Amino acid sequence: MPDGALRADAETLERLYRKLYLTRRFEEVVADIYPTDKIKSPVHLSIGQEAVAVGVCDALRADDVVSGTYRGHAAYLAKDGDANAMMAELFGKDSGCARGKGGSMHLVDIAHGVLGSSAVVGSTVPIAMGYAFALQREGRGRVVAAFFGDGATEEGVLWESLNFAALHKLPILFVCENNGYAIHEPIEKRWAVRDLIAKVAAFGLPASRIDGSDVVAIRAAAASAVAPMRRGAHGPSFMECTTYRWREHVGPNADFDAGYRSRAELEPWAAADAVTRVGAMIGAAARQTIESEVDRQVRDAVAFAEQSSMPASIELKTHVFA
Amino acid sequence: MSSLNGKVPASNGARAGRMLRYVDALAEAVAQEMERDRRVFVYGLDVDDHKRIQGSTTGLLERFGAERVFTTPLSEDAMTGFGIGAAMAGMRPVHVHIRMDFLMLCMNQLVNMAAKAHYMYGGAVSVPMVVRCMIGKSWGQGAQHSQGLHSMFMHVPGLKVVAPSNAYDAKGCLIAAIRDDNPVIFVEHRLLYPTEAPVPVEPFVVEFGRARVMRRGEDLTIVGISNMAIECLRAAELLAEAGIAADVIDPVSLAPLDVDTIIQSAEQTGRLLVVDNAWTNCGASAEIVARVAERPVRNRSIRFERMGFAPTTCPTTPALEQEFYPNPSRIAAVGYRLVRPGDGKWVPDPRRAELSYQVQFRGPF
Ligand SMILES: Cc1ncc(C[n+]2csc(CCOP(=O)(O)OP(=O)(O)O)c2C)c(N)n1
Ligand SMILES: [Mg+2]
Repeated sequence: MPDGALRADAETLERLYRKLYLTRRFEEVVADIYPTDKIKSPVHLSIGQEAVAVGVCDALRADDVVSGTYRGHAAYLAKDGDANAMMAELFGKDSGCARGKGGSMHLVDIAHGVLGSSAVVGSTVPIAMGYAFALQREGRGRVVAAFFGDGATEEGVLWESLNFAALHKLPILFVCENNGYAIHEPIEKRWAVRDLIAKVAAFGLPASRIDGSDVVAIRAAAASAVAPMRRGAHGPSFMECTTYRWREHVGPNADFDAGYRSRAELEPWAAADAVTRVGAMIGAAARQTIESEVDRQVRDAVAFAEQSSMPASIELKTHVFA
Repeated sequence: MSSLNGKVPASNGARAGRMLRYVDALAEAVAQEMERDRRVFVYGLDVDDHKRIQGSTTGLLERFGAERVFTTPLSEDAMTGFGIGAAMAGMRPVHVHIRMDFLMLCMNQLVNMAAKAHYMYGGAVSVPMVVRCMIGKSWGQGAQHSQGLHSMFMHVPGLKVVAPSNAYDAKGCLIAAIRDDNPVIFVEHRLLYPTEAPVPVEPFVVEFGRARVMRRGEDLTIVGISNMAIECLRAAELLAEAGIAADVIDPVSLAPLDVDTIIQSAEQTGRLLVVDNAWTNCGASAEIVARVAERPVRNRSIRFERMGFAPTTCPTTPALEQEFYPNPSRIAAVGYRLVRPGDGKWVPDPRRAELSYQVQFRGPF
């Protein structure tokens, strides 16, 4: 359940709002376009969950790295992934971030520190850890933030990764976006013990549970977790961010009529919506500027995607080997 | 109980049954076996949610309760071992995966334990377990939701692999799989789910290791695996318009494989085209061609062609995805070349071929 008030300076709030509004707006536009069949790709929207990625990424440096899931639009945009290339990827165009070959579930932007995302749950977590190992050896204080869902914590590979990362004190921040569901299955049907933090702590990682709609608290927690990592030898941390998915698991629509959850369940989360709350906290003029700039950015991304061409046939067989 | 191999029977009265969709045939087969045998249970991610694995587990929870129909955590490796253990103890688990790609997380348990337990324990235990899995296609399923990985399992002694292409075989094979005392990898295809065939109401088995001749012709033998059996039937229609008659064979079961039926046909036509819903490299098509080439009695020489996924990862963009898969038009063109090699390049009238394309599945999933 969301709680707490947001406290941060005006500049920070404006920066956070720009990202929150961008991720929300981008996905709303994707949802609007979806019925036209221009996006022939399964989309897993982050609408309602944006504050987690935005808060964490605001605590990162430009040369840090994030790793995400098929529900990865927010992490990509929050880490400054190229919005044009992302929209083009959804449209299957050759200017897409994966040249139209990966679609929504496989976004990537290495130049901005976005590792490719995967549609196989949990599969990116150990890869993020390997990347963190390389960054540790590099010795420039860079860190990795690995995003994954509550469902991923049921895969053995997650716990194997926590153990190894703790053992080798790797500079990685594990971020569980706990939205209470894996597709339509609630946690009660999947976990014997609800206390994720206690389980993680037993592996030797500092772990905390944070209200996932409190973007300022998320930012603060991420910042204090990564600061000692940058100095070396501190090792990984774990954040469980409680959040809520507003739309269906995959696709553009709401699904409160499907029967597995009630609209009432959404209400406290909607009331605590970070986009609305942070928007209300910044000055009206600043807000208007941000919104009109972001609206234009998203419009431009759509135009870019529309105007780009489909990959040529030869692309089918390129990139099989490096 | 009947075992009907050969042509899918035409609907004639209650025995041959009513038209049934592939997806409903799956659910019916499991329901009837659960009714018959209390040891059968169904588990796997999302088997009990409102979408019911695209409808293929519909009705099971209501009828048999949560003790025999249950979801699991996202723990495919452990859940596979769990099924093996329950099977060793005498139960009959049906483990369901919404995509075949996820079987890669089950590989250790399936290959090192399930396949081997009966042998390495000298026959002391058996693993009567069914692993249902679905191959995805279209709407940007892409790299990790579209793979046909059946040949990986065909490779391993101790595993049976079946890939029915129609509702009749789906029901008969699934009942046979549940009754089998060995682990069976049961390969489904997403685009087959809405397709209909006459299916008997009562339980019946389709025996493994018996191929089905779907269509008769003397010029060319076409073998189509899984969904490709249906694409090959359409290709055969296109070829017929060019005066070429094709035998179309669906192996139905890949391990064991009824190579005799394929050899018999290929010996008659002298030409064999194998079309797989997978890559050709080390795939089912390679195995079939090799076994035909190795046939002990050779009355005539046979020319071979193979088709399958392009040798790449499946791209999401529709522009490339449509070139990734064999389709009726391309299958027909390769078949034509095999029969009339000197005849230049022939492609079916695109308007006719378009009609024969499988109905495109509209996403998101
Ligand atoms: C290994 C694996 N098993 C099953 C699936 C099917 N699947 C896709 S998303 C999903 C639920 C994941 O839930 P969670 O990790 O909580 O992420 P969320 O979708 O809630 O963001 C499942 C079971 C998959 N993609 N990969
Ligand atoms: Mg979840």
